Amino acid sequence: MKRVPLIILVALALFLTTTGAFADEPTTASNARALDTVWVLMAAFLVFFMQAGFGMVEAGFIRAKNTCNILTKNFLDYCMASIGFFIFGYAIMFGSENQFIGLKGWFLSGAQSGADIPLYAFWLFQAAFCGAAATIVAGGMAGRMKFQAYLIYSFVISAFVYPIVGHWIWGGGWLAKLNFVDFAGSTVVHSVGGFAALIGTIILKPRIGKFNPDGTPNAIPGHSIPLASLGVFILWFGWFGFNPGSTLGAGDGELIARVAINTNLAAAAGAISAMILVWRLSGKPDLSMIMNGALAGLVAVTAPCAFVEPWAAIVIGIVGGIIVVLGVILLDKLKIDDPVGAVPVHGLNGLWGTLSIGLFGKKALDVAKNGLFYGGGLKQLGIQALGVTTAVIFVLITMGGLFKLIDMFIGLRVNKEEELAGLDTSEHGMESYAGFQIQ
Amino acid sequence: MKKIEAIIRPESLEMVKNALNELGYPGMTITEVKGHGKQKGKEQIWRGREYKVEFLPKLKVEIVVLDDDVQRIARAIINETRTGNIGDGKIFIYPVEDAIRIRTGDYGNNAI
Repeated sequence: MKRVPLIILVALALFLTTTGAFADEPTTASNARALDTVWVLMAAFLVFFMQAGFGMVEAGFIRAKNTCNILTKNFLDYCMASIGFFIFGYAIMFGSENQFIGLKGWFLSGAQSGADIPLYAFWLFQAAFCGAAATIVAGGMAGRMKFQAYLIYSFVISAFVYPIVGHWIWGGGWLAKLNFVDFAGSTVVHSVGGFAALIGTIILKPRIGKFNPDGTPNAIPGHSIPLASLGVFILWFGWFGFNPGSTLGAGDGELIARVAINTNLAAAAGAISAMILVWRLSGKPDLSMIMNGALAGLVAVTAPCAFVEPWAAIVIGIVGGIIVVLGVILLDKLKIDDPVGAVPVHGLNGLWGTLSIGLFGKKALDVAKNGLFYGGGLKQLGIQALGVTTAVIFVLITMGGLFKLIDMFIGLRVNKEEELAGLDTSEHGMESYAGFQIQ
Repeated sequence: MKKIEAIIRPESLEMVKNALNELGYPGMTITEVKGHGKQKGKEQIWRGREYKVEFLPKLKVEIVVLDDDVQRIARAIINETRTGNIGDGKIFIYPVEDAIRIRTGDYGNNAI
Protein backbone atom coordinates (compact mmCIF):
# COMPACT_ATOMS: atom_id res chain seq x y z
CA MET A 1 0.00 0.00 0.00
CA LYS A 2 1.26 3.39 -0.88
CA ARG A 3 1.96 5.58 2.15
CA VAL A 4 0.22 8.90 1.93
CA PRO A 5 2.89 11.58 1.84
CA LEU A 6 3.21 13.43 5.17
CA ILE A 7 2.98 16.78 3.46
CA ILE A 8 -0.48 15.95 2.14
CA LEU A 9 -1.69 14.93 5.60
CA VAL A 10 -0.40 18.14 7.14
CA ALA A 11 -2.02 20.20 4.40
CA LEU A 12 -5.30 18.38 4.96
CA ALA A 13 -5.20 18.99 8.72
CA LEU A 14 -4.48 22.69 8.24
CA PHE A 15 -7.26 22.94 5.69
CA LEU A 16 -9.86 21.35 7.93
CA THR A 17 -9.08 23.36 11.03
CA THR A 18 -8.71 26.76 9.43
CA THR A 19 -11.70 26.62 7.12
CA GLY A 20 -14.10 26.07 10.03
CA ALA A 21 -14.97 22.41 9.59
CA PHE A 22 -14.76 22.30 13.40
CA ALA A 23 -16.17 25.81 13.86
CA ASP A 24 -19.17 24.53 15.93
CA GLU A 25 -16.92 24.23 18.96
CA PRO A 26 -18.73 25.87 21.86
CA THR A 27 -17.58 29.31 22.87
CA THR A 28 -17.96 30.97 26.24
CA ALA A 29 -20.78 33.07 24.83
CA SER A 30 -22.66 30.15 23.38
CA ASN A 31 -22.20 28.19 26.59
CA ALA A 32 -23.69 31.03 28.59
CA ARG A 33 -26.62 31.22 26.21
CA ALA A 34 -27.10 27.47 26.44
CA LEU A 35 -27.08 27.62 30.25
CA ASP A 36 -29.55 30.49 30.23
CA THR A 37 -31.80 28.61 27.83
CA VAL A 38 -31.75 25.49 29.96
CA TRP A 39 -32.46 27.62 33.04
CA VAL A 40 -35.46 29.34 31.51
CA LEU A 41 -36.82 26.12 30.02
CA MET A 42 -36.52 24.30 33.36
CA ALA A 43 -38.29 27.24 34.99
CA ALA A 44 -40.98 27.09 32.31
CA PHE A 45 -41.50 23.40 33.04
CA LEU A 46 -41.87 24.23 36.75
CA VAL A 47 -44.41 26.95 36.03
CA PHE A 48 -46.29 24.53 33.81
CA PHE A 49 -46.39 22.12 36.74
CA MET A 50 -48.12 24.84 38.75
CA GLN A 51 -51.19 24.07 36.66
CA ALA A 52 -51.35 20.76 38.53
CA GLY A 53 -50.97 22.71 41.75
CA PHE A 54 -53.84 25.05 40.89
CA GLY A 55 -55.92 22.05 39.85
CA MET A 56 -55.38 20.20 43.10
CA VAL A 57 -55.99 23.26 45.28
CA GLU A 58 -59.18 24.12 43.43
CA ALA A 59 -60.38 20.51 43.47
CA GLY A 60 -59.65 20.07 47.15
CA PHE A 61 -61.45 23.27 48.10
CA ILE A 62 -64.71 22.50 46.31
CA ARG A 63 -67.25 19.72 46.59
CA ALA A 64 -66.74 16.37 44.92
CA LYS A 65 -69.73 16.89 42.62
CA ASN A 66 -67.97 19.77 40.85
CA THR A 67 -64.44 18.42 40.83
CA CYS A 68 -64.32 16.94 37.35
CA ASN A 69 -65.65 20.24 36.04
CA ILE A 70 -63.00 22.40 37.67
CA LEU A 71 -60.23 20.07 36.60
CA THR A 72 -61.47 20.20 33.03
CA LYS A 73 -61.47 23.98 33.15
CA ASN A 74 -57.99 23.98 34.68
CA PHE A 75 -56.77 21.57 32.03
CA LEU A 76 -58.27 23.47 29.13
CA ASP A 77 -56.88 26.74 30.48
CA TYR A 78 -53.39 25.62 29.75
CA CYS A 79 -54.36 24.30 26.35
CA MET A 80 -56.21 27.51 25.47
CA ALA A 81 -53.32 29.61 26.73
CA SER A 82 -50.86 27.57 24.68
CA ILE A 83 -52.75 28.13 21.46
CA GLY A 84 -54.12 31.60 22.15
CA PHE A 85 -50.77 32.92 23.31
CA PHE A 86 -49.12 31.41 20.24
CA ILE A 87 -51.54 32.89 17.73
CA PHE A 88 -52.24 36.31 19.27
CA GLY A 89 -50.90 36.68 22.77
CA TYR A 90 -47.17 36.81 22.20
CA ALA A 91 -47.49 39.31 19.39
CA ILE A 92 -49.65 41.57 21.55
CA MET A 93 -47.42 41.26 24.58
CA PHE A 94 -43.98 41.56 22.98
CA GLY A 95 -44.52 43.17 19.60
CA SER A 96 -42.81 46.53 19.92
CA GLU A 97 -44.99 48.79 17.79
CA ASN A 98 -46.56 51.02 20.41
CA GLN A 99 -46.81 51.41 24.15
CA PHE A 100 -50.28 49.96 24.58
CA ILE A 101 -50.40 46.88 22.41
CA GLY A 102 -47.97 44.95 20.24
CA LEU A 103 -49.01 44.36 16.67
CA LYS A 104 -46.40 42.12 15.14
CA GLY A 105 -45.50 38.47 15.56
CA TRP A 106 -48.83 36.71 14.92
CA PHE A 107 -48.25 32.97 15.02
CA LEU A 108 -44.72 33.94 16.16
CA SER A 109 -43.91 34.84 12.59
CA GLY A 110 -41.40 37.67 12.66
CA ALA A 111 -41.46 37.68 16.45
CA GLN A 112 -38.41 38.51 18.51
CA SER A 113 -37.27 36.89 21.70
CA GLY A 114 -37.53 39.14 24.75
CA ALA A 115 -34.27 37.91 26.24
CA ASP A 116 -30.91 36.57 25.23
CA ILE A 117 -32.29 33.09 24.69
CA PRO A 118 -34.03 31.49 21.71
CA LEU A 119 -37.51 32.79 20.89
CA TYR A 120 -39.18 29.43 21.46
CA ALA A 121 -37.74 29.07 24.96
CA PHE A 122 -38.77 32.60 25.85
CA TRP A 123 -42.22 31.96 24.40
CA LEU A 124 -42.76 28.79 26.42
CA PHE A 125 -41.83 30.52 29.64
CA GLN A 126 -44.21 33.39 28.92
CA ALA A 127 -46.98 31.03 27.80
CA ALA A 128 -46.80 29.13 31.09
CA PHE A 129 -47.34 32.42 32.94
CA CYS A 130 -50.33 33.16 30.75
CA GLY A 131 -51.84 29.80 31.64
CA ALA A 132 -51.34 30.53 35.32
CA ALA A 133 -53.20 33.83 35.12
CA ALA A 134 -56.11 32.27 33.26
CA THR A 135 -56.67 29.44 35.70
CA ILE A 136 -56.98 31.70 38.74
CA VAL A 137 -60.48 32.62 37.65
CA ALA A 138 -61.72 29.02 37.57
CA GLY A 139 -61.51 28.87 41.34
CA GLY A 140 -63.36 32.09 42.01
CA MET A 141 -66.18 31.13 39.70
CA ALA A 142 -66.35 27.48 40.71
CA GLY A 143 -69.48 25.44 41.16
CA ARG A 144 -71.91 27.33 38.98
CA MET A 145 -70.26 28.61 35.79
CA LYS A 146 -71.20 27.18 32.39
CA PHE A 147 -68.40 25.28 30.74
CA GLN A 148 -68.78 26.86 27.28
CA ALA A 149 -68.76 30.28 28.92
CA TYR A 150 -65.51 29.34 30.60
CA LEU A 151 -63.87 28.22 27.38
CA ILE A 152 -64.66 31.53 25.73
CA TYR A 153 -63.36 33.47 28.74
CA SER A 154 -60.20 31.36 28.84
CA PHE A 155 -59.31 32.05 25.23
CA VAL A 156 -60.00 35.76 25.48
CA ILE A 157 -57.93 36.34 28.60
CA SER A 158 -55.02 34.29 27.25
CA ALA A 159 -55.03 35.76 23.77
CA PHE A 160 -55.85 39.39 24.51
CA VAL A 161 -56.42 40.74 28.02
CA TYR A 162 -53.43 39.24 29.81
CA PRO A 163 -51.03 40.04 26.93
CA ILE A 164 -52.15 43.66 26.84
CA VAL A 165 -51.41 44.18 30.52
CA GLY A 166 -48.21 42.22 30.06
CA HIS A 167 -47.23 44.49 27.22
CA TRP A 168 -47.56 47.60 29.38
CA ILE A 169 -45.25 46.12 32.01
CA TRP A 170 -42.95 43.56 30.42
CA GLY A 171 -43.24 44.30 26.71
CA GLY A 172 -41.66 47.71 26.91
CA GLY A 173 -44.99 49.48 27.22
CA TRP A 174 -45.98 52.71 28.92
CA LEU A 175 -45.77 51.45 32.50
CA ALA A 176 -42.32 50.07 31.95
CA LYS A 177 -41.29 53.44 30.58
CA LEU A 178 -42.48 55.05 33.81
CA ASN A 179 -40.17 52.69 35.73
CA PHE A 180 -43.00 50.62 37.10
CA VAL A 181 -41.52 47.26 38.05
CA ASP A 182 -43.10 43.87 38.63
CA PHE A 183 -40.44 41.22 38.62
CA ALA A 184 -42.40 38.02 38.13
CA GLY A 185 -46.01 39.15 37.94
CA SER A 186 -47.84 40.18 41.12
CA THR A 187 -49.68 42.58 38.84
CA VAL A 188 -49.34 40.96 35.45
CA VAL A 189 -50.42 37.50 36.54
CA HIS A 190 -51.98 37.59 39.97
CA SER A 191 -53.84 40.90 40.04
CA VAL A 192 -55.08 40.25 36.51
CA GLY A 193 -56.33 36.79 37.44
CA GLY A 194 -57.54 37.78 40.89
CA PHE A 195 -59.59 40.77 39.79
CA ALA A 196 -60.97 38.98 36.75
CA ALA A 197 -62.11 36.40 39.29
CA LEU A 198 -63.63 39.14 41.43
CA ILE A 199 -65.73 40.72 38.71
CA GLY A 200 -66.64 37.27 37.45
CA THR A 201 -67.85 35.96 40.77
CA ILE A 202 -69.81 39.14 41.44
CA ILE A 203 -71.61 38.89 38.10
CA LEU A 204 -72.11 35.16 38.55
CA LYS A 205 -73.57 35.64 42.05
CA PRO A 206 -73.07 33.25 44.98
CA ARG A 207 -73.60 29.51 44.97
CA ILE A 208 -76.97 28.25 46.12
CA GLY A 209 -76.79 27.84 49.87
CA LYS A 210 -73.73 30.03 50.43
CA PHE A 211 -75.64 32.91 51.98
CA ASN A 212 -78.81 32.71 54.04
CA PRO A 213 -81.74 35.06 53.41
CA ASP A 214 -80.57 37.17 56.37
CA GLY A 215 -77.14 37.52 54.76
CA THR A 216 -75.14 35.27 57.08
CA PRO A 217 -72.66 33.06 55.26
CA ASN A 218 -72.53 29.27 55.38
CA ALA A 219 -69.30 27.33 55.14
CA ILE A 220 -69.31 24.96 52.17
CA PRO A 221 -66.40 22.67 53.02
CA GLY A 222 -64.13 21.38 50.31
CA HIS A 223 -64.04 17.64 49.78
CA SER A 224 -60.34 16.90 50.03
CA ILE A 225 -57.80 18.53 52.29
CA PRO A 226 -55.07 16.12 51.07
CA LEU A 227 -55.55 17.18 47.46
CA ALA A 228 -55.53 20.84 48.41
CA SER A 229 -52.44 20.40 50.52
CA LEU A 230 -50.64 18.58 47.73
CA GLY A 231 -51.67 21.39 45.43
CA VAL A 232 -50.15 24.05 47.67
CA PHE A 233 -46.85 22.22 47.82
CA ILE A 234 -46.84 21.83 44.05
CA LEU A 235 -47.52 25.56 43.68
CA TRP A 236 -44.73 26.44 46.11
CA PHE A 237 -42.42 24.14 44.19
CA GLY A 238 -43.46 25.61 40.86
CA TRP A 239 -42.97 29.12 42.24
CA PHE A 240 -39.27 28.34 42.35
CA GLY A 241 -39.53 28.43 38.59
CA PHE A 242 -42.02 31.29 38.45
CA ASN A 243 -39.88 33.76 40.37
CA PRO A 244 -36.24 32.80 39.83
CA GLY A 245 -36.90 31.92 36.19
CA SER A 246 -37.99 35.49 35.57
CA THR A 247 -34.35 36.50 35.64
CA LEU A 248 -34.40 35.00 32.12
CA GLY A 249 -30.83 33.89 32.59
CA ALA A 250 -28.59 32.19 35.12
CA GLY A 251 -26.26 35.18 35.26
CA ASP A 252 -23.53 34.62 37.81
CA GLY A 253 -26.00 32.98 40.15
CA GLU A 254 -26.42 35.93 42.54
CA LEU A 255 -29.80 37.11 41.37
CA ILE A 256 -31.47 33.73 40.99
CA ALA A 257 -30.27 32.80 44.48
CA ARG A 258 -31.69 36.01 45.96
CA VAL A 259 -35.02 35.52 44.24
CA ALA A 260 -35.22 31.91 45.40
CA ILE A 261 -34.58 32.68 49.05
CA ASN A 262 -37.05 35.56 49.03
CA THR A 263 -39.68 33.33 47.48
CA ASN A 264 -39.22 30.69 50.15
CA LEU A 265 -39.17 33.07 53.11
CA ALA A 266 -42.31 34.92 52.05
CA ALA A 267 -44.26 31.68 51.67
CA ALA A 268 -43.22 30.39 55.08
CA ALA A 269 -43.90 33.72 56.76
CA GLY A 270 -47.31 34.00 55.12
CA ALA A 271 -48.33 30.55 56.33
CA ILE A 272 -47.31 31.28 59.90
CA SER A 273 -48.92 34.70 60.10
CA ALA A 274 -52.15 33.35 58.62
CA MET A 275 -52.11 30.51 61.12
CA ILE A 276 -51.65 32.84 64.08
CA LEU A 277 -54.38 35.19 62.91
CA VAL A 278 -56.97 32.54 62.12
CA TRP A 279 -56.15 30.73 65.36
CA ARG A 280 -56.91 33.92 67.29
CA LEU A 281 -60.03 34.74 65.30
CA SER A 282 -61.71 31.34 65.17
CA GLY A 283 -60.04 29.37 67.92
CA LYS A 284 -58.43 26.65 65.82
CA PRO A 285 -55.40 26.50 63.48
CA ASP A 286 -57.30 25.94 60.27
CA LEU A 287 -55.19 24.28 57.59
CA SER A 288 -57.26 25.65 54.74
CA MET A 289 -56.34 29.16 55.85
CA ILE A 290 -52.75 28.31 56.67
CA MET A 291 -52.29 27.08 53.14
CA ASN A 292 -53.94 30.20 51.75
CA GLY A 293 -51.43 32.13 53.84
CA ALA A 294 -48.48 30.42 52.18
CA LEU A 295 -49.96 31.16 48.77
CA ALA A 296 -50.58 34.74 49.81
CA GLY A 297 -46.93 35.14 50.75
CA LEU A 298 -45.89 33.68 47.43
CA VAL A 299 -48.16 35.98 45.45
CA ALA A 300 -47.05 39.00 47.44
CA VAL A 301 -43.33 38.35 46.97
CA THR A 302 -43.72 37.70 43.24
CA ALA A 303 -43.27 41.35 42.30
CA PRO A 304 -40.56 42.37 44.76
CA CYS A 305 -38.54 39.14 44.93
CA ALA A 306 -35.55 40.48 43.00
CA PHE A 307 -35.61 43.94 44.51
CA VAL A 308 -35.67 43.37 48.25
CA GLU A 309 -33.54 41.91 51.01
CA PRO A 310 -34.59 38.62 52.64
CA TRP A 311 -35.76 40.32 55.83
CA ALA A 312 -38.16 42.36 53.73
CA ALA A 313 -39.43 39.18 52.05
CA ILE A 314 -40.40 37.89 55.48
CA VAL A 315 -42.28 41.09 56.31
CA ILE A 316 -44.02 41.01 52.93
CA GLY A 317 -45.06 37.43 53.59
CA ILE A 318 -46.35 38.19 57.09
CA VAL A 319 -48.52 41.00 55.78
CA GLY A 320 -49.69 38.76 52.94
CA GLY A 321 -50.91 36.14 55.40
CA ILE A 322 -52.83 38.79 57.34
CA ILE A 323 -54.36 40.20 54.18
CA VAL A 324 -55.63 36.84 53.01
CA VAL A 325 -57.36 36.01 56.31
CA LEU A 326 -58.98 39.42 56.54
CA GLY A 327 -59.79 39.33 52.83
CA VAL A 328 -61.78 36.12 53.20
CA ILE A 329 -63.75 37.65 56.06
CA LEU A 330 -64.31 40.82 54.03
CA LEU A 331 -65.70 38.92 51.04
CA ASP A 332 -68.15 37.14 53.32
CA LYS A 333 -69.28 40.51 54.71
CA LEU A 334 -69.72 41.86 51.18
CA LYS A 335 -71.69 38.73 50.28
CA ILE A 336 -69.25 37.78 47.54
CA ASP A 337 -68.80 34.03 47.09
CA ASP A 338 -65.25 33.03 46.24
CA PRO A 339 -65.04 29.27 46.81
CA VAL A 340 -61.27 28.94 46.88
CA GLY A 341 -60.12 32.41 47.91
CA ALA A 342 -58.83 33.46 44.49
CA VAL A 343 -59.53 37.12 45.24
CA PRO A 344 -57.84 37.38 48.65
CA VAL A 345 -54.87 35.27 47.59
CA HIS A 346 -54.22 36.57 44.08
CA GLY A 347 -56.07 39.84 43.77
CA LEU A 348 -55.42 41.49 47.12
CA ASN A 349 -51.92 40.13 47.54
CA GLY A 350 -51.07 40.95 43.95
CA LEU A 351 -51.87 44.55 44.94
CA TRP A 352 -49.83 44.35 48.15
CA GLY A 353 -46.85 42.74 46.49
CA THR A 354 -46.76 45.38 43.78
CA LEU A 355 -46.99 48.22 46.29
CA SER A 356 -44.39 46.69 48.60
CA ILE A 357 -41.70 47.50 46.06
CA GLY A 358 -42.42 51.14 46.84
CA LEU A 359 -41.62 50.41 50.48
CA PHE A 360 -38.79 47.88 50.43
CA GLY A 361 -37.29 48.18 46.94
CA LYS A 362 -33.66 49.08 46.58
CA LYS A 363 -32.04 51.07 43.81
CA ALA A 364 -28.99 48.91 44.31
CA LEU A 365 -31.12 45.97 43.25
CA ASP A 366 -32.37 47.60 40.07
CA VAL A 367 -35.43 49.59 41.06
CA ALA A 368 -35.46 53.10 39.63
CA LYS A 369 -35.91 54.74 43.00
CA ASN A 370 -35.33 53.57 46.52
CA GLY A 371 -38.41 52.54 48.42
CA LEU A 372 -39.86 54.47 51.36
CA PHE A 373 -37.84 52.55 53.94
CA TYR A 374 -34.61 53.29 52.12
CA GLY A 375 -35.07 57.01 52.06
CA GLY A 376 -36.50 57.24 48.55
CA GLY A 377 -39.73 58.89 49.63
CA LEU A 378 -43.01 58.06 47.97
CA LYS A 379 -42.08 58.30 44.30
CA GLN A 380 -41.66 54.61 43.54
CA LEU A 381 -44.67 53.79 45.69
CA GLY A 382 -46.70 56.21 43.62
CA ILE A 383 -45.54 54.62 40.36
CA GLN A 384 -46.35 51.17 41.68
CA ALA A 385 -49.78 52.33 42.76
CA LEU A 386 -50.47 53.91 39.39
CA GLY A 387 -49.45 50.78 37.55
CA VAL A 388 -51.42 48.28 39.55
CA THR A 389 -54.49 50.50 39.67
CA THR A 390 -54.63 50.99 35.92
CA ALA A 391 -54.07 47.30 35.31
CA VAL A 392 -56.85 46.38 37.72
CA ILE A 393 -59.30 48.89 36.26
CA PHE A 394 -58.51 47.66 32.77
CA VAL A 395 -59.16 44.05 33.81
CA LEU A 396 -62.37 44.87 35.67
CA ILE A 397 -63.76 46.70 32.64
CA THR A 398 -62.70 44.25 29.93
CA MET A 399 -63.46 41.07 31.83
CA GLY A 400 -66.65 42.50 33.30
CA GLY A 401 -67.73 43.44 29.81
CA LEU A 402 -66.81 40.01 28.48
CA PHE A 403 -68.73 38.16 31.20
CA LYS A 404 -71.79 40.36 30.64
CA LEU A 405 -71.57 39.71 26.90
CA ILE A 406 -71.26 35.96 27.39
CA ASP A 407 -74.21 36.10 29.77
CA MET A 408 -76.32 37.85 27.14
CA PHE A 409 -75.60 35.34 24.41
CA ILE A 410 -75.17 31.92 25.97
CA GLY A 411 -75.63 32.50 29.68
CA LEU A 412 -72.90 32.55 32.28
CA ARG A 413 -74.42 30.37 34.98
CA VAL A 414 -75.95 26.91 34.95
CA ASN A 415 -79.56 26.52 36.09
CA LYS A 416 -80.62 25.53 39.58
CA GLU A 417 -81.10 21.80 38.95
CA GLU A 418 -77.72 21.53 37.24
CA GLU A 419 -76.02 23.35 40.10
CA LEU A 420 -77.60 21.20 42.80
CA ALA A 421 -76.89 17.95 40.96
CA GLY A 422 -73.30 19.08 40.47
CA LEU A 423 -71.50 20.24 37.33
CA ASP A 424 -69.69 16.93 36.92
CA THR A 425 -72.86 15.14 35.98
CA SER A 426 -74.71 18.13 34.49
CA GLU A 427 -71.97 19.46 32.24
CA HIS A 428 -69.78 16.43 31.64
CA GLY A 429 -71.90 13.36 32.29
CA MET A 430 -69.17 12.13 34.60
CA GLU A 431 -68.52 11.45 38.25
CA SER A 432 -65.20 12.35 39.80
CA TYR A 433 -65.40 9.40 42.18
CA ALA A 434 -67.55 6.96 40.29
CA GLY A 435 -69.87 5.14 42.63
CA PHE A 436 -68.79 6.85 45.85
CA GLN A 437 -70.87 9.26 47.83
CA ILE A 438 -68.65 12.14 48.82
CA GLN A 439 -69.81 15.60 49.71
CA MET B 1 -84.45 -15.59 66.55
CA LYS B 2 -83.93 -11.88 66.99
CA LYS B 3 -81.97 -9.31 65.00
CA ILE B 4 -79.82 -6.96 67.05
CA GLU B 5 -79.09 -3.68 65.30
CA ALA B 6 -76.48 -1.57 67.10
CA ILE B 7 -75.54 1.97 66.00
CA ILE B 8 -72.10 2.55 67.47
CA ARG B 9 -69.08 4.83 67.16
CA PRO B 10 -66.81 3.68 64.31
CA GLU B 11 -63.81 3.41 66.62
CA SER B 12 -65.60 0.80 68.77
CA LEU B 13 -65.79 -1.79 66.04
CA GLU B 14 -62.71 -3.84 66.95
CA MET B 15 -63.79 -4.32 70.57
CA VAL B 16 -67.35 -5.22 69.64
CA LYS B 17 -66.15 -7.73 67.06
CA ASN B 18 -63.86 -9.43 69.56
CA ALA B 19 -66.54 -9.57 72.24
CA LEU B 20 -69.12 -11.10 69.88
CA ASN B 21 -66.56 -13.61 68.70
CA GLU B 22 -65.94 -14.76 72.27
CA LEU B 23 -69.67 -15.18 72.82
CA GLY B 24 -69.91 -17.54 69.87
CA TYR B 25 -71.10 -15.10 67.22
CA PRO B 26 -68.29 -14.51 64.76
CA GLY B 27 -70.58 -13.41 61.91
CA MET B 28 -72.01 -9.91 61.48
CA THR B 29 -72.85 -7.26 58.89
CA ILE B 30 -71.49 -3.72 59.07
CA THR B 31 -72.84 -0.63 57.34
CA GLU B 32 -71.33 2.86 57.36
CA VAL B 33 -74.08 5.30 58.25
CA LYS B 34 -74.57 8.91 59.31
CA GLY B 35 -76.91 10.22 61.92
CA HIS B 36 -77.55 11.98 65.17
CA GLY B 37 -79.76 11.66 68.20
CA LYS B 38 -81.55 14.33 70.19
CA GLN B 39 -78.35 16.34 70.64
CA LYS B 40 -77.42 17.32 67.13
CA GLY B 41 -73.97 17.10 65.57
CA LYS B 42 -70.82 19.10 66.32
CA GLU B 43 -68.92 22.25 65.26
CA GLN B 44 -66.13 22.20 62.69
CA ILE B 45 -64.19 24.89 60.83
CA TRP B 46 -63.60 25.73 57.16
CA ARG B 47 -61.64 28.70 55.86
CA GLY B 48 -61.93 30.48 59.15
CA ARG B 49 -65.65 30.02 59.52
CA GLU B 50 -67.40 27.62 61.91
CA TYR B 51 -70.14 25.36 60.66
CA LYS B 52 -72.27 22.62 62.16
CA VAL B 53 -71.91 19.01 61.10
CA GLU B 54 -75.34 17.61 61.84
CA PHE B 55 -74.95 14.04 60.68
CA LEU B 56 -71.98 12.24 62.19
CA PRO B 57 -70.41 9.05 60.88
CA LYS B 58 -71.45 5.90 62.75
CA LEU B 59 -71.39 2.16 62.19
CA LYS B 60 -74.47 -0.04 62.11
CA VAL B 61 -73.71 -3.58 63.29
CA GLU B 62 -76.38 -6.13 62.45
CA ILE B 63 -76.38 -9.62 63.90
CA VAL B 64 -79.09 -12.30 64.15
CA VAL B 65 -78.98 -14.31 67.40
CA LEU B 66 -80.89 -17.02 69.24
CA ASP B 67 -83.60 -15.75 71.61
CA ASP B 68 -81.70 -16.92 74.69
CA ASP B 69 -78.57 -14.99 73.71
CA VAL B 70 -80.17 -11.59 73.10
CA GLN B 71 -79.57 -10.08 76.54
CA ARG B 72 -76.01 -11.38 76.79
CA ILE B 73 -75.09 -9.96 73.36
CA ALA B 74 -76.74 -6.63 74.06
CA ARG B 75 -74.91 -6.29 77.36
CA ALA B 76 -71.58 -7.15 75.73
CA ILE B 77 -72.08 -4.51 73.04
CA ILE B 78 -72.99 -1.91 75.64
CA ASN B 79 -69.94 -2.79 77.74
CA GLU B 80 -67.57 -2.39 74.83
CA THR B 81 -69.02 0.85 73.46
CA ARG B 82 -70.31 2.95 76.35
CA THR B 83 -68.20 6.06 77.05
CA GLY B 84 -70.83 8.06 78.89
CA ASN B 85 -70.64 10.88 76.30
CA ILE B 86 -73.20 12.05 73.76
CA GLY B 87 -72.93 9.89 70.62
CA ASP B 88 -72.61 6.46 72.22
CA GLY B 89 -75.45 5.16 70.03
CA LYS B 90 -78.45 2.89 70.33
CA ILE B 91 -79.43 -0.78 70.09
CA PHE B 92 -82.65 -1.98 68.47
CA ILE B 93 -84.01 -5.51 68.65
CA TYR B 94 -86.31 -6.97 65.98
CA PRO B 95 -88.06 -10.34 65.68
CA VAL B 96 -86.80 -12.48 62.81
CA GLU B 97 -89.28 -14.70 60.95
CA ASP B 98 -86.76 -17.10 59.50
CA ALA B 99 -83.12 -17.52 58.49
CA ILE B 100 -81.48 -19.67 55.79
CA ARG B 101 -77.81 -20.50 55.27
CA ILE B 102 -77.33 -20.30 51.54
CA ARG B 103 -74.43 -22.72 51.26
CA THR B 104 -76.10 -25.67 52.99
CA GLY B 105 -79.81 -24.88 52.95
CA ASP B 106 -80.11 -25.03 56.78
CA TYR B 107 -83.29 -23.41 58.19
CA GLY B 108 -84.17 -21.67 61.42
CA ASN B 109 -81.93 -21.85 64.46
CA ASN B 110 -79.49 -24.10 62.58
CA ALA B 111 -78.78 -21.27 60.18
CA ILE B 112 -77.42 -18.95 62.87
